[in-house]
Amino acid sequence: MPNGTVLTMRGICKQFPGVRALNNVDFTLRSGEIHALMGENGAGKSTLIKVLTGVYEKDAGSIRMDGIEGEANIHSPQDAQEIGIATVYQEITLCPNLTVAENMYIGRGKGLLVRQKDYEKKAEEILRSLGIPARPRQQLASCSLAVQQMVAIARAVDMKCKVLILDEPTSSLDEKEVQMLFSLMRDLKSRGVGIIFVTHFLEQVYEVCDRITVLRNGELVGEYVIEQLPQVQLVARMMGKELSELNSMNEFGRKPMGSEEITYEAEQISSSECRPFDFRIRKGEVNGFTGLLGSGRSESVRAIFGADKVTGGRVKVNGKSVRITRPIEAMKNGIGYLPEDRKRDGIIADLSVRENIILALQVMKGFFRPLSRAEAEKFADEYIAALNIKTASKDTPIGSLSGGNQQKVILARWLLTHPDYLILDEPTRGIDVGTKLEIQKLVLKLAEENVSVTFISSEIEEMLRTCSRLIVMRDRRIVGELTGDDLNQNQVMKTIAGGEAS
Amino acid sequence: MTREAGKRKGGVGQLLIPLIAIALLVIFNLIRDPSFFSIETKTNNTGNTVLAGNLISIINGASELAILAMGMTLVTAACGGQDISVGAAAAIAGSVFVRIIRGAAPVTGGTVIGAFLACCAVAMLFGSFNGMLVAVFRIQPMIATLILYTCGRSIAYWINGGATPTIDSPITGAIGSFIPGIPVPTPVIIVAVMALLFSLTFRFTTLGLYTQAVGINESSARLNGINVTLIKLVSFIILGICVSVAGSIGVCRLGLINHETLLIDIEMDTILAVAIGGNSLGGGKFKISGSILGAYVIQMLTITLYAMKVSSTDVKAYKAIVIILLVVIGSPVVKRWFTKVIGNMRNARKIRGAAKEGV
Repeated sequence: MPNGTVLTMRGICKQFPGVRALNNVDFTLRSGEIHALMGENGAGKSTLIKVLTGVYEKDAGSIRMDGIEGEANIHSPQDAQEIGIATVYQEITLCPNLTVAENMYIGRGKGLLVRQKDYEKKAEEILRSLGIPARPRQQLASCSLAVQQMVAIARAVDMKCKVLILDEPTSSLDEKEVQMLFSLMRDLKSRGVGIIFVTHFLEQVYEVCDRITVLRNGELVGEYVIEQLPQVQLVARMMGKELSELNSMNEFGRKPMGSEEITYEAEQISSSECRPFDFRIRKGEVNGFTGLLGSGRSESVRAIFGADKVTGGRVKVNGKSVRITRPIEAMKNGIGYLPEDRKRDGIIADLSVRENIILALQVMKGFFRPLSRAEAEKFADEYIAALNIKTASKDTPIGSLSGGNQQKVILARWLLTHPDYLILDEPTRGIDVGTKLEIQKLVLKLAEENVSVTFISSEIEEMLRTCSRLIVMRDRRIVGELTGDDLNQNQVMKTIAGGEAS
Repeated sequence: MTREAGKRKGGVGQLLIPLIAIALLVIFNLIRDPSFFSIETKTNNTGNTVLAGNLISIINGASELAILAMGMTLVTAACGGQDISVGAAAAIAGSVFVRIIRGAAPVTGGTVIGAFLACCAVAMLFGSFNGMLVAVFRIQPMIATLILYTCGRSIAYWINGGATPTIDSPITGAIGSFIPGIPVPTPVIIVAVMALLFSLTFRFTTLGLYTQAVGINESSARLNGINVTLIKLVSFIILGICVSVAGSIGVCRLGLINHETLLIDIEMDTILAVAIGGNSLGGGKFKISGSILGAYVIQMLTITLYAMKVSSTDVKAYKAIVIILLVVIGSPVVKRWFTKVIGNMRNARKIRGAAKEGV
């Protein structure tokens, strides 16, 4: 192994029933580098990580680690941990009810007797040296998510890891916390740890990484030094598309303003989770709700769909007064709702792609009118093809699909009901660039077909690109409505921050 | 994956454990006694020509269990928990059935149907009581049904004033044993009818899809317009119907109601049947056919042990051993290990095949 290399993976193959997840993939990690592993959903990033950490066994290929003669034998996560490969996942896998120190040393004591004092002292040193703002005796749950993640990293560092894998560590952190995490990563890098960084945020890759390895469809596209791969090029490699194609996607052209007819209109609608507000949307219009997390944007659309307990308000759909207090009533009035939390509120994990696609339509048809198997299969085939859903078959459980493809299935579910008004709450969260663009294009296409769409996204550029009207919320109140020339990032920021006067 | 393979995985895969268990029990019994499963015809004391033999008594004896297991599967799938009051509820249903039969001077077909409908209504009422505690008040199913489990047999006792009255009518006798001219035991026919009713319900309504959706992800199900509370309630009411059928069969079989012993301890066997059938006790996806097979496995095991002259007090211990084996073999850990071994064997075969071609 060449000097300075901590980890080499060569010719890694992994096959799942119906899917070739990894095909002859190479990966090299040097000590003291932060190496981004990039690719769209289903490109094979997670599989590669899981092979490396012993969750999956590889079908072929070799893994070598610095300081180990011959091939490294990794058959279980414990094996990986013992030879110095540590992983910190997006979801914290520590115990929130234990203290910080206990979390750092749990399951690592050699003897039965635990010297609590010693551990606390050692934990204190490490936390201080890494600049992590946590006290050893503090209960882990009382730390912010970012600090919890850092504690997990500190645990890994203390185990003398040579390879640290960070799987989507920033997806639930705010900007300040991300910076804290990055400075910790840089510190570890200077200590010679090799870091594998998996993320969907392109800017973050350019901020902190030294090298990028790109995967696509389970194959290696290439390894690049960061300076030599501009962001546009990276996106093009990930998607396997030409640059010109990407450019055309960046300019969507005319934003749909909709016609004069009003599809949905609510006066002083309120729910158990949100204050009364007025809202209307025209036929074929795309609007957005924006605001910081917790500003009430999701709660507002949930009130429209009847997802929370509706407590008041008058609602008109296509000019007719209607009562919408439960999801089924919204659905019968032509409203569809793709929820913010796909795992919790969207997918039914163990059911097949087919059953997940037909579910909403089936419920609208009624209890005594089940779709026949043939009809259901026809619908499933149609939408798997139309939305380009990558799945082994239509009978595959949705839970085994990648995030982006799960989201497409949920989209298919609502498209199949042919709604007049479709609410999409964070449809692009946690999914890859290619699918994001596909979803944005789909929204515009729906608007052309006279469907009204409410599109919510944490990424303001996405909303600016698709929406002709933005409703800005702060502290559970609508604080502004932006259209036309006001639709730019500055104005949105100002309105969110309440800086109208400045 | 080919489509066939995909189907097999979702279809027979789940039934593999009960099928293997039945196969092993059959082989074991055939080695022990080649004539164990022989079926003969004989004339019973009412002058009917009927089928008899160990196989018949297994299938016949498992009837109440199989019927309860069908309903229990639905409750398990929708609520992710079990109803432990089915035995007590069946005692109530049986008591109501007996009370009405005894109240009628000549017992006609009409009174029997009336008595069944009345006990069915009562069982559905108790079912909706359990269902309401679970679906509306969100009490854990086992805790919610503990109430009826505790007091059910006392209620059954009150209904018939504390006695263990008998019913003596050719009609109820026929329900409990044989209908003149038909050699198959009536309870077996009733199981078949119930299974048919279930399968028709799943074909002509969306109950199956809704129940699984609710069991897997309640929140998603609700946001797709499914009335979660109603689906859970319905599962308990359907179990109530099963309870009344099982209770009536039990009473007709014995010709009397003993509120203390009727279908005693059957709740645990019912839950076990659901589990042996490969259904997750945590709810979600289910297969009624698995639970029915599970019921026959349990009964076959019991009869086998009795045939081996194991005393009735010891039977439970031996049953436990076999059940431990079944449950461990069906556990996810062992399943994963199996898949791995089979995968390795396939790979080895491939390599050997490739080597041969090379030569």
